[in-house]
Amino acid sequence: MPTAPTYSIPGSTTAAPADAAPPRADTQPERTVAEVLARSNVQEVFEELERDLVGLAPVKQRIRDIAALLVIDKLRLNLGLEAQTPSLHMCFTGNPGTGKTTVALRMAQILHRLGYVRKGHLVAVTRDDLVGQYIGHTAPKTREVLKKAMGGVLFIDEAYYLYRPENERDYGQEAIEILLQVMENQRDDLVVILAGYKDRMDTFFRSNPGLSSRIAHHIDFPDYGHEELLEIGERMLSAMNYRFGPAAREAFAEYLERRRAQPHFANARSVRNALDRMRLRQASRLFTEPGRQLSRDDLTTIEPEDIRASRVFGGPGT
Amino acid sequence: MMTNPTGRLTQGQFSFLPDLTDAEIALQIEYGLRRGYAWSVEYTDDPHPRNTYWEMYGIPMFDLKDAAGVMLELDACRKAFPDHYIRMVAFDATRGVESIAMSFIVNRPKREPGFQLERQEIGGRSMRYTIRGYAADAPEGERYREG
Ligand SMILES: Nc1ncnc2c1ncn2[C@@H]1O[C@H](COP(=O)(O)OP(=O)(O)OP(=O)(O)O)[C@@H](O)[C@H]1O
Repeated sequence: MPTAPTYSIPGSTTAAPADAAPPRADTQPERTVAEVLARSNVQEVFEELERDLVGLAPVKQRIRDIAALLVIDKLRLNLGLEAQTPSLHMCFTGNPGTGKTTVALRMAQILHRLGYVRKGHLVAVTRDDLVGQYIGHTAPKTREVLKKAMGGVLFIDEAYYLYRPENERDYGQEAIEILLQVMENQRDDLVVILAGYKDRMDTFFRSNPGLSSRIAHHIDFPDYGHEELLEIGERMLSAMNYRFGPAAREAFAEYLERRRAQPHFANARSVRNALDRMRLRQASRLFTEPGRQLSRDDLTTIEPEDIRASRVFGGPGT
Repeated sequence: MMTNPTGRLTQGQFSFLPDLTDAEIALQIEYGLRRGYAWSVEYTDDPHPRNTYWEMYGIPMFDLKDAAGVMLELDACRKAFPDHYIRMVAFDATRGVESIAMSFIVNRPKREPGFQLERQEIGGRSMRYTIRGYAADAPEGERYREG
């Protein structure tokens, strides 16, 4: 860093971005964990994480561990103990709909509040956003995404599609090289989270040791259990201002049981989709009685028949 | 002669100050981003004051959150055109403004010979003036080369 200039430039006085953590009440460096937590408001995010996300106990624990490490690093830094900027790039593995994107959003907030990324936004991309179709297209595309993600978290879903060994002219490798460079040289500017199925990610890392060695934290997202899926469903429903009528909850439990046994079950995402279809059926049901006055209850209640019309019950339904 | 007292091109903001450091450039960019401006990087080797439109290095950068992203583009431009003039331009897309809000030079050739004032005598004792860059003699792309 060059020495401070002797002149001042308009704009350079308000160095702190407006959306950064609120200014500190006092400027004494923190000495206790409680002080760091209090000043960074990071506790709030933990509480939201705990409250808004059903289950995921091991994931929540891992996030608390990572945060603990960062808090302690901060205290060490305040006492002048040398420490490299820790590598914060992560890998989230798990089946579809297990909450990886949702948790990544929270992670970005946590990193922002603790001061490890400057802006705390999340940019979620897949292979198509990074890799071009023609020679010379990939680098500008990847750089475009990186520029937008700077100061925040770049979330690459199904990252293994970047690497296609069966096609030696594939441009994915080019995107990986550019990513690697930024992950290594601009740790202060950007945190990268790779996400996808566990087994495919493992294979991907085996063929890309450069990437693998730059990932500091691996978090595995377990599939949800039956009870958890039920609860997720009920929460989503009440967030949309609906509720299960008598016997509808049981019907939904049965629906889940059957749906899970079928292929392409995507955990919470499938629950959300199922609920959307139930709302559709409820609307169609009410639509058939044009003369009826609809009460608040009528409009908010999902009845068992809205659920049992699904094709998983063997019916002809949707 | 006093046409080029500092030996430096003075166009845009801050051009009478010593060159901004990268940290200072980043602060200016951050300021612009906070106001919702879209930054772009432009370069030229024809800095005639009437040459308003410099070449664009990439497209204007909308939707960026952090100065580090803009700096990435500036660094790439500096690598590609180390001896050109490079400037940062901030576009304010707000309705009713839709115009350049900030503009400042962030890269210069090592030697800046400046401009010649040419006088042309016409009809009687009238005089016509024009300026031309000393460096403009060389073809585009070969100006401001060292040695
Ligand atoms: N534990 C949870 N509690 C409540 N809602 C959840 C939970 N997990 C996921 N969801 C909801 O499920 C939906 C899908 O989650 P998300 O997009 O995070 O999954 P994902 O693992 O990232 O999937 P993919 O990798 O396929 O994109 C979201 O709408 C999210 O709100």
